[in-house]
Amino acid sequence: MSVLEIERLTVSFHRRDGLMRRIAIDCVRDISLAVARGEVLALFGASGAGKSLLAHAVMGLLPANALAGGTMRFDGRVLDARAQAALRGNRIALIPQSVAHLDPLATVGQQLRWAARRARHPMTTPGAVEGALSRFDLAPAVAGTFPHTLSGGMARRVMLAMTTASGADLVLADEPSNGLDAENTARVFRCLKSFAEAGKAVIVISHDLSAALKIADRVVLLSGGQVAAEERAGAFAGDGGALSTAYARLIWNALPQNGFSRVRHEA
Amino acid sequence: MTVAFERPSETPSLDKVGPVLVATGIAVLLLAAILLAAWLTGASGLASDLQARLQPPSFQHLFGTDMFGRDVLARTIKGLALSFRIGFLAAGISVIIATCLAIVAASGSRLADSIVSLLTDMTMGLPHLVLLILISFALGGGTTAVVIAVAVTHWPRLTRILRAEILQVRNADYVAVSRNFGKSRWFIARHHILPHLIPQMIVGFVLLFPHAILHEAGLTFLGFGLEPGKPAIGILLSESMRYLMAGKWWLGLFPGFLLLVAVLCFDVIGNGLRALTDPRGGRS
Amino acid sequence: MGSWTAFVLVRLVRLALVLAGVAAVAFLLAKFSPVDPIDAYLGPDIARVGPEQRALIAEKWGLDQPAGVQFVKWFSRILTGDLGWSVTYNAPVADVISERFRSSVVLMGLAWVFSGVIGFSLGIWAGARPGSWSDRVIRLYAYILAATPTFWIAILLLIVFSVGLRWTPVCCAAPIGLLPEDVTLLQRLHHLLLPLVGLSILGIAQIALHTRVKMIEIMQSDFVLYARAQGGTTLDIILHHGVRNTALPAITVLFASLGELFGGSILAETVFSYPGLGSATIEAGIRGDVPLLLAITLMTTLFVSVGNTIADVLYHVADPRISSASETWRGVAE
Repeated sequence: MSVLEIERLTVSFHRRDGLMRRIAIDCVRDISLAVARGEVLALFGASGAGKSLLAHAVMGLLPANALAGGTMRFDGRVLDARAQAALRGNRIALIPQSVAHLDPLATVGQQLRWAARRARHPMTTPGAVEGALSRFDLAPAVAGTFPHTLSGGMARRVMLAMTTASGADLVLADEPSNGLDAENTARVFRCLKSFAEAGKAVIVISHDLSAALKIADRVVLLSGGQVAAEERAGAFAGDGGALSTAYARLIWNALPQNGFSRVRHEA
Repeated sequence: MTVAFERPSETPSLDKVGPVLVATGIAVLLLAAILLAAWLTGASGLASDLQARLQPPSFQHLFGTDMFGRDVLARTIKGLALSFRIGFLAAGISVIIATCLAIVAASGSRLADSIVSLLTDMTMGLPHLVLLILISFALGGGTTAVVIAVAVTHWPRLTRILRAEILQVRNADYVAVSRNFGKSRWFIARHHILPHLIPQMIVGFVLLFPHAILHEAGLTFLGFGLEPGKPAIGILLSESMRYLMAGKWWLGLFPGFLLLVAVLCFDVIGNGLRALTDPRGGRS
Repeated sequence: MGSWTAFVLVRLVRLALVLAGVAAVAFLLAKFSPVDPIDAYLGPDIARVGPEQRALIAEKWGLDQPAGVQFVKWFSRILTGDLGWSVTYNAPVADVISERFRSSVVLMGLAWVFSGVIGFSLGIWAGARPGSWSDRVIRLYAYILAATPTFWIAILLLIVFSVGLRWTPVCCAAPIGLLPEDVTLLQRLHHLLLPLVGLSILGIAQIALHTRVKMIEIMQSDFVLYARAQGGTTLDIILHHGVRNTALPAITVLFASLGELFGGSILAETVFSYPGLGSATIEAGIRGDVPLLLAITLMTTLFVSVGNTIADVLYHVADPRISSASETWRGVAE
């Protein structure tokens, strides 16, 4: 059964055009998708395709001038503002995309402890912080450092540790491979896969399709704020003959390892 | 199907323009009152009427009368006129000082830059009021002394802003291109740097103006500013101190209130102008 | 030796340069003054003193020597701790200043702490929910106060609380006619109350405005978004991220505003006839008491410049991002 179901989600922004005129811009339109426990869903799209907005809409963290419409359900119950406030951090966790999402003036250990407390699983036993860090190959000394000393890969692993501490059922990873080398990317994706194996639902938001394909079960391709295609991950193989949509085939064949075949961007 | 709609909260741009418009309106009214008072009342509003000494506010005398029976409203407006004149001069001179020092600092010589920076530190390291008292003491008080004292204490912040602006423009690509085309230093200064400085100078002037007025009033209140005979706001308030214990509150309340309104107006206008010229918006 | 040690050393050298510069400028200004120090010293006795006696005084004070020599002599005396003689109070300048400073420091210190604590809290509160009613009220208060002359606030307080309601005394630091040793602590506090309120009101406005702007910036940051995503409540976020990230800028502003604090105390002390350093400055200026005026100038410059230097150093050193390599400062943000 699906943990998260999204039906016809639309997110639009109100912006002033000149002094008086107000215009609404749709950034996400009519998106419907679902993800089940133990499953990794990859959300793929070029930047500006509305991937991060979708994640923020699920969390209820859209900016004040954004307007969201449609229905979302979590575990069968409607996910409205109140439900979002109750589930955020506790049942639904976000892994943000950069080190800027860590407080520059607090140590890693402090932030890990706060994340655990906010998820109502406080780390009270001594060594709990170090233990949580070591699960992601981070030395105990990292607990005492400030975020600016972390490399991109370390920061990502710290945030993975924070997510583990929350014990959430649904994990949204926003561009988990952004700015990482191949080795660190593989490491982060392995962690995400292990989340799914432990029974969580994982949504990976990425513009790196080949990296995401290594762990994903299903792929949703977004274009211009809409769902352009939905495919099984296994279908992305060979010349893409198993893919059900032309758009997915186009994207697949445009990948470097598949011979860069020409792609017309419709986004 | 349930649709969860959230109301977008918005900050309408009128929210920012509104106060500036109101402030401009009040400032225009004040200026009109000053001009009108100079033309209408002349000396008559300031004439003493010993029959009507220390009268509380009434319809005849909105702000009451002082110890010589003079109308406090008329004297306050006269005082504002004086404050405006001094503030205008002092802020103007301050902007000129700031511009000159900023150009010297940004001229490229490290020595010149350090000297200007040291001067800035010196001026900021001395409490303004102490420096004002010193300068006024050195020049023996009076209008000129106040103008010079206020002008000399208010340039540092603007100097820093202008210096940064010059350096930024000078290092910009299009200026380098212009230089490579063989344009003279004078051409670059006139056509590339000056247009960037002028808006900053205007904003700086409008923001310095209310501060200059405030400092003039403070200095005069302390007895280091204008001569006691002049109807300056500082002197009106300093005179009122002697009558406060006797319950003549209007002598202290109204002149200060009008001064506050004037300062607030120009402050709001200045900040509005700054928000307009700063593409990033916000105040820092 | 980290890079920040070098930074602090540079700042200290700069401080010494500023002090020397201010000493030279202040001395020059005092020399330039049309107020004749001998006339000022003699006061009403001026008519009874002949030119020979004036020459004698001038010689004794070294006034017959060139200004440069006078400056060097005066400055070297200052460096040895001899601040000269105040004719206004007929006492050594050092004694006058230390006595006046003691009553001023209570007033200024308390006003400083109050404006820091209250201003910071108001700024946090306003900045946490920009556009809300509390934000509007706090912002209006701060804007109006920033445009208000200090001495007028003091006059208003006097009109309302001392003359109108008769809750507070109208002047001085203690009841008139009492010997200093007979004054109780309660009486002192009673006399301190109004000047303190007058002085704090302005400082609060400034700190509140600065903190508010910084707080709004913090609340829109990525790490606050992440804290929300973790399920942090607004209060939790304000306490852990807001306060942590706005405290340093607020303290910096607080240290950088010592000059305005001193200026404010001159005005407040004048209105309330509070016998502190501020009113001594006025007396020295009006009576042409050059040694006292110069000494106060130097002292306040030291005071304010040290504040500015601390602000600068704090800004550069205490932030773990800027003082990256230094391990010693790790505990600062804890």
